[in-house]
Amino acid sequence: MKALVLAEHGGGTLKDSTLATITAATQLGEVTVLVAGQGAEASQAADAAAQVAGVGKVLLADDAAYGQMLAENVAALIVPLMDSHDALLCPATSNGKNIAPRVAALLDVMQVSDVLSIEGERTFTRPIYAGNAIATVESTEAKLVLTVRGTSFAKAEATGGSAPVESLTGAGDAGLSRFVGCEDSASDRPELTSAGVVVSGGRALKDAETFAAIITPLADRLHAAIGASRAAVDAGYIGNDHQVGQTGKIVAPQLYIAVGISGAIQHLAGMKDAHTIIAINKDPDAPIFQVADIGLVADIFTAVPELTSKL
Amino acid sequence: MKILVPVKRVIDYNVRPRVKADGSGVDLANVKMSMNPFDEIAVEQAVRLKEAGGAEEIVVVSVGPAKAADTLRSAMAMGADRAILVQTDETVEPLAVAKILKAVFEAEQPGLVILGKQAIDDDCNQTGQMLAALTGRPQGTFASKLEIAGEEALVTREVDGGLETIALALPAIVTADLRLNEPRYASLPNIMKAKKKPIDTKAPEDFGVDVTPRLRTLKVSEPPTRAAGILVGSVDELVAKIKDMGVVA
Repeated sequence: MKALVLAEHGGGTLKDSTLATITAATQLGEVTVLVAGQGAEASQAADAAAQVAGVGKVLLADDAAYGQMLAENVAALIVPLMDSHDALLCPATSNGKNIAPRVAALLDVMQVSDVLSIEGERTFTRPIYAGNAIATVESTEAKLVLTVRGTSFAKAEATGGSAPVESLTGAGDAGLSRFVGCEDSASDRPELTSAGVVVSGGRALKDAETFAAIITPLADRLHAAIGASRAAVDAGYIGNDHQVGQTGKIVAPQLYIAVGISGAIQHLAGMKDAHTIIAINKDPDAPIFQVADIGLVADIFTAVPELTSKL
Repeated sequence: MKILVPVKRVIDYNVRPRVKADGSGVDLANVKMSMNPFDEIAVEQAVRLKEAGGAEEIVVVSVGPAKAADTLRSAMAMGADRAILVQTDETVEPLAVAKILKAVFEAEQPGLVILGKQAIDDDCNQTGQMLAALTGRPQGTFASKLEIAGEEALVTREVDGGLETIALALPAIVTADLRLNEPRYASLPNIMKAKKKPIDTKAPEDFGVDVTPRLRTLKVSEPPTRAAGILVGSVDELVAKIKDMGVVA
């Protein structure tokens, strides 16, 4: 089977989610990586993709139309490539989720979203009902279109490969949409979805200042990414790109520390695959304690600063 | 402008789903069902656009069993004007739903379609994108802000690294994220009025769409359960446990 992987990249490097998607693709067959973008960043990302172990070929589409990964333009680029590929795999990131279903519909095939494991050439597992059930599905479609959950596959080795890079010209701008601007939440912390340690806060943190005063020092001490429950995000304690859960980011770090989070099913869907879960909550009946490996029933406003100072 | 809002009847988001013992699916018998939460946000946004003078009519559409009419009534109680129920007892996949919606789109000629970003039962996150593809229209997924500016829709999207704003030529397909708005509760008088609003009942065959599933579900199982954890009695004990893990530099 010939598998095409849509790379997610930034700053001239591949995102971890792409490396995980390449691992999934190698389980299906020969791997070609498509890097769509603009300028030096795109060509650097293509060179990086060529170094990745297991990659057979890299296609580079360098055009202003692909600089912002607008779905209309990128989907139109991918569809003709599917004549010579059997499967498209995209990371299940906001980009991948945006583009892959558009491609699937243009190919008239059903997509398999958020693949957790590859059980056979056409058999996959995926979570449904906020991760409360796992479905095993078989696709008999002419072309496979998959989005891949990055935390469920090991990252492919970033070195060891030597794939050729071919330039590609697509149809360019479809003229349906244009990029206006963006607000990046700048952060020098590890990326939430790939961090080894995540410290998350919930509604109990009271307000943005308290959230920062309690959570940030602990995260600093552990070199952790900062996460949040939906309640904390909705209350404005922190930006929504920190939200962990069914509708936010899915994380599976080595260590997840949930501070003042009750553990609603929507939140658990985003973090229950963490290797070790620590919960600190004053309510001994909070559902978070049912999934926590280590629980501490305590007032977070005294316990967390004490924890930070003693680590 | 007319706004089309597809809505789905799903298990209520507060219910913990139970996997059937035979692995054939999730047990939905006697379980509370509600409008998909993201679809409520989509309906709310359409109603707000109408209230602001940006839309003349809101048409809600649902593909599902006869009971999906309740979901359409809820949407009309929130402010939608009329409804289309495409009735089928089959499980309809996003691609087939998108094909039905495409036919409705062509018949109704809306200026804007607002969907939820995903349904909380199948968690697919596909239908809006697929509808955009099939109609050849632009898509604004995961919208946290939506404005109509002349011939364009300005959509602020929730993306992994923050927010991005794109401009889409109308007609456009937009999918609602959680933070787009806070959906209103329907008042009792509005619930009563909604009973008089029309529901046009159709079948998938009326649109020439084959709803046979393309994916075969071999089994549905419980996720692996985590081993029982321990409670520690003090911060000092917790510190010792964390230090044992070797995550502290």
